[in-house]
Amino acid sequence: MATPTHLSARDIEELGEELDRLRAEILASRGEDDARYIRRVIAAQRGLEGGGRAMMFASLLPPAWLAGTAMLAVAKILENMEIGHNVLHGQWDWMRDPDIHSTTWEWDSASPAAQWKYSHNYVHHTYTNVVGRDRDLGYSMLRVTPEQPWHPVHMAQPLYNLALAVVFEWGIALYDVEIERVWRREKDLDQALNQFGSALKKVWRQGMKDYVVFPLLAGPAFLPVLLGNLTANVTRNIWAHTIIFCGHFPDGTTTFTEEEIEGESRGEWYLRQLLGSANISGPAALHLLSGNLSHQIEHHLFPDLPSNRYGQIAPRVRALCERFGLPYTTGSLPRQTANVWRRILRLALPGPTRPATGETSPEPVIPARAA
Amino acid sequence: MLHIRPLLGAVAGSMTSPLRPDDYRATINPLWSRRRLSGRVEAVDPETSDTSTVVVRPGVGWRGGLAGQHVSVGVSIEGVWHRRTFSLSSPPHRPDGLIAITVKARPDGLVSRHIVHALRPGQTVRLGPPTGRFVLPDELPARLLFVTAGSGITPVMSMLRHLAESRQMPDVMLAHSARNASEAIFGEELRGMAAQLPALRLYEHHTRSAGGRPVARLTMGALSAICNDIPERMTWVCGPPGLVDVAESYWRDSGISDRLLTERFQPAVRPGGGQGGRVRFVRSGRETTASAGTPLLAAGEEAGVIMPSGCRMGVCHSCLVPLAGGQVRDLRTGDEHDTPGDLIKTCVSVPVGDVDIDL
Repeated sequence: MATPTHLSARDIEELGEELDRLRAEILASRGEDDARYIRRVIAAQRGLEGGGRAMMFASLLPPAWLAGTAMLAVAKILENMEIGHNVLHGQWDWMRDPDIHSTTWEWDSASPAAQWKYSHNYVHHTYTNVVGRDRDLGYSMLRVTPEQPWHPVHMAQPLYNLALAVVFEWGIALYDVEIERVWRREKDLDQALNQFGSALKKVWRQGMKDYVVFPLLAGPAFLPVLLGNLTANVTRNIWAHTIIFCGHFPDGTTTFTEEEIEGESRGEWYLRQLLGSANISGPAALHLLSGNLSHQIEHHLFPDLPSNRYGQIAPRVRALCERFGLPYTTGSLPRQTANVWRRILRLALPGPTRPATGETSPEPVIPARAA
Repeated sequence: MLHIRPLLGAVAGSMTSPLRPDDYRATINPLWSRRRLSGRVEAVDPETSDTSTVVVRPGVGWRGGLAGQHVSVGVSIEGVWHRRTFSLSSPPHRPDGLIAITVKARPDGLVSRHIVHALRPGQTVRLGPPTGRFVLPDELPARLLFVTAGSGITPVMSMLRHLAESRQMPDVMLAHSARNASEAIFGEELRGMAAQLPALRLYEHHTRSAGGRPVARLTMGALSAICNDIPERMTWVCGPPGLVDVAESYWRDSGISDRLLTERFQPAVRPGGGQGGRVRFVRSGRETTASAGTPLLAAGEEAGVIMPSGCRMGVCHSCLVPLAGGQVRDLRTGDEHDTPGDLIKTCVSVPVGDVDIDL
């Protein structure tokens, strides 16, 4: 990992100014085309969901089951990734449309929007990759970086990561309740129980929809519809898990310590987002289905820019990285996925220790600002 | 007895969760939404060089209104929804179910210029319910007087059309002021109505001479000269603030304020300079002052208000709260917000003059 110690405080400030200018340019150019884009994605998603469910009613014919299930899986993926995640980020708030707004949106995920916005938009996006602050770093259960202390329970992490992938939305809902912070007495038990209650309510409603109401409406096709809905949900879970794990855990991404972010400047904040994130390369369909989290770097630099613009600015962000001699981590989906799994397998065991530097603490990745 | 409708509603609700059935209806056709009232533009008809009448087919949630009322109209301009209030110029309950607003493009009016010059048939607008007390009473008085200037004619046009349709036109006097005959909105229709209906008397006042030079505005002196029974008439006045102010003091001085109804155009908001101001949190009842460089979030927290917050740099949207009044500036974009109900990022917004926050 090339640590950018070659950058001076002035360089970092300049990088920040360049990125601020890029952001301002995109903000100023948002318009009708962007609005049409999100409205179309939403309409297509609702059409796919309705069509998929209708198709499944004919699922005593196997091809209809397959087509219906595939349509529903794609609809659920779009709903969570390109629509839900991005709307809840406030990427579309500028349209002033109360129906497509971060404060009014609710998504088809077990975690209630309000709880997820706190743990994701605020905690994760503000403290990205800071060990001990960014709870998304391994989701409080996985060891994804050598900087996290090893615990014997991590020996089982390949197994429970697989299980997490299958039940990902429930895992996230539970994780957003922050049980471990209650245990550490950082969080009020009543608050956690309240949050747990509202997550349960959502899980109940979703369960009723996918596993009771639609199967019952299908009559003789009860079982195929139930299995189709289950398949679509699990497919969406595994997909979301895969995309998200490729965002911050592959080789090339950096973690930080709390001391390193003390008094962080805007340029340093940008730099941390850049170094802590990794992209996925691939065709347009991959970008759409990943909710443009395939442009994780651009998303982390500018979490509230409309997702359809990340691809557009990616070459310019990359050019900036080249200019400042910074890594721009990217790779194909199979490559990055294999890489993350290799890491999860390796870090299930203790070590690796850092290169022998004696008693000194690791060198800060980001140089301190000039006094 | 089993109630079938609530049961169907519950099933439909659970089929579309976490969305509502209405969200799916609105996706197929915005006019089918009962929750978010919309309309489709059927025609945009020019009235004068800078004024157009927009004919709209309202969606299923539309319940009609009273002649003279106004509606909130939302249009999407460059992807951003803007809402403004306009008087209906159509009579209520037209047989074809359509409604109309008549809009004059103001030189600096983003929304009015868009409506007059860019809105096209087939586009969707959002509507609010009709509101306002500038209406005809249930029991019509025997004699009525309307005094209008410029686009102030629009709500009165709705009333006149309503009266003409119902074939019970009482004794009506209309004094209308415009630049000249061709700039008078609905000029031809009004002249036609006056020719056809003996009970309707039309007086047109022009504020430009034939050569285009400004001449006298419509004054109370001129009005009482052409209408000698003002005190006996129920009167409606609509126009620019100048006209309405003059009318209000005239009726007040005559001791007949109870026989006058007025409607004024909203004054254009002017940026009040950059000296910060008083910040009032209307729900918690706290108050503080903030300089032009102090974000509302910091000012609120300093004053002990429980403020939602997050990244404090304008990206995470955790701190959004509705503006209740006044004007704020986004430090990062320089954008100014002055529409009550607008969600503002308190962490990067500063007051421009006194502001009220809905918190």
